[in-house]
Amino acid sequence: MGEMQELSTFWFVTFGAVKVVAVFTVVMAVVAYMTLAERRVSAFIQDRLGPNRVGPFGLLQPIADGIKNIIKEETMPGTAAKFYFVLGPALAIMPAVVTFAVIPFAAPLPTPVGTVDMIVADVPIGILYILALSSLAVYGIVLSGWASNNKYAFLGGLRASAQMISYEVALGLSVIAVLLLAGNVTLTEMVWKQQQLGLWFVFPLSLAFIFFLISALAETNRLPFDMPEAESELITGYHTEYSAMKFSMFFIAEYAHVVTASALMATLFFGGWDIPFWPGDDMFRHEGAWIRGFDESGAPIPTSPSVLITLLTLAAFSVKTGFFLLLYIWIRWTLPRFRYDQVMHLGWKVLLPAALAYIMLIAGTMLVLDQLGVAYGMLYGLVLTAVSGVTTLAFLFFVDRDRVISGAHRKRTTRARAPRAVADPAGRTPPS
Amino acid sequence: MAISVKVMRRPEAGRMSYMRATLKGMSLTFRHMVRPTKVTLEYPEEQPELSPRWRGTHRMEVHADGRPKCVACGLCPTVCPANCIRLVGGEDDQGNRYPIVYEIDEFRCIFCGMCQEVCPVEAIHVGQHFENAEYGRDRFVYDLDRLMEQDHPVTQLWDPSDPRSE
Ligand code: SF4
Ligand code: SF4
Repeated sequence: MGEMQELSTFWFVTFGAVKVVAVFTVVMAVVAYMTLAERRVSAFIQDRLGPNRVGPFGLLQPIADGIKNIIKEETMPGTAAKFYFVLGPALAIMPAVVTFAVIPFAAPLPTPVGTVDMIVADVPIGILYILALSSLAVYGIVLSGWASNNKYAFLGGLRASAQMISYEVALGLSVIAVLLLAGNVTLTEMVWKQQQLGLWFVFPLSLAFIFFLISALAETNRLPFDMPEAESELITGYHTEYSAMKFSMFFIAEYAHVVTASALMATLFFGGWDIPFWPGDDMFRHEGAWIRGFDESGAPIPTSPSVLITLLTLAAFSVKTGFFLLLYIWIRWTLPRFRYDQVMHLGWKVLLPAALAYIMLIAGTMLVLDQLGVAYGMLYGLVLTAVSGVTTLAFLFFVDRDRVISGAHRKRTTRARAPRAVADPAGRTPPS
Repeated sequence: MAISVKVMRRPEAGRMSYMRATLKGMSLTFRHMVRPTKVTLEYPEEQPELSPRWRGTHRMEVHADGRPKCVACGLCPTVCPANCIRLVGGEDDQGNRYPIVYEIDEFRCIFCGMCQEVCPVEAIHVGQHFENAEYGRDRFVYDLDRLMEQDHPVTQLWDPSDPRSE
């Protein structure tokens, strides 16, 4: 028991290929059904029924949509920069589908020829790979916005780049708190660290989770941050000029980003494939053997992978990811769109300093705990939970009630108070 | 239902709460999401209930012996604001006037119902019916036979002495 049989190169490659195909297929299927879920859930929220005609409960709707999009006529604007116009959707979709590769989606699966990790590529750079690739997606958007030679598309592209840069910062900073606590960047190890802590990172790092959630919404261009699309202002922003399958590639890209972001939130903050309150599924590779944890004397407790555990953890992972997918849809159909300056304000003046301060706080607390000799475990987590809890409440208190962000009425009162103020050439509002 | 306007006042600065408002909104949308009563009418299976004053596809009333009730008085083509009724009247040997040609172009018709209102013998009617899709444009000029074949309920005209149809 507990001994590990390494895969031979042949089987490693074979299983690797199978995993690539399987994960790609599943992600694409989830994306397809996300479009249906989005329409059905939005309909339900608005007391409608949504598409329910194609197949039972409308389950074949994504296929019908796909066929429609493929056989539709492609339009090519006469003044577009053709090469980049075609390149845009491809650039948008590529990062979206490759980022899922480093997310572990279940406990390792035992096979007669060795144990297979349930992750496409357990690369040592883990989360950095995701951060690097997901920000590439903006190139597709900016490029297509520019290449369309359409002012709305161009504005959408500009907004996308500004928003991506702003929120990439907050996203990265919120991940740093996770990295501090996990002490590593690979996602498999993060899952393991959460199992060892006995607490999902959402509790000890609650504020980081809030930052991550907000930034992830902004990064995936979903409402309330869908500035680049903003139907009511920019037609549909960067994909105004696209039709048929190119248009739907942007959609696939957006939903693939949503799926990845949901999976990432589940992995970073909600224990990944961990089943709560059950240590039996904890599993990690430790000095050539599978262990479940360490006993009091520090000796590793061996465990062995089993098919059942793989299936159960896969289910746990799917439930968590599914919850975030639903949350994405739910938020989209609840909140109105931010104004562009509010988005920038929130990103640079609220999230950035708050995330920086929070990292200092977490790092300081961890330093104190380490100095006091508190072992990495439940107590460690609870202290951090208390600290984060207080900080989260303070943060929510300050962003609430116009203290930091304010709506349109604040603008109006400023204008009313200074009616004779002459706008300076830069267009800034004079201090009142 | 009477239209009423509710003026929402913006709360004063410092008096609105974004966090609580967001959570409230989320809970509201969630309640609607799980609410089983939906307003959607699954149309081909469920038929909408048409108002008695619904003005749709025309119908020509017929006498018991199958003749149209129309006496070719020419009032409806005159009153029709869309000018979509074509009438060629004739007279038989007893001196009864009847329509030789009576056509209504349902494409041009605006379904105002004035033809029904003006008709002295209550011959032409607009009806409580709307499913008049066709495969070609030429099928939208309804001739006399077609108008007489229609068998849907006819529209109840608005009665000034009973404005709410009670
Ligand atoms: S309903 Fe109005 S528009 Fe239509 S035929 Fe009668 S009078 Fe003309
Ligand atoms: S008003 Fe009545 S009677 Fe006169 S032409 Fe029209 S349908 Fe015939």
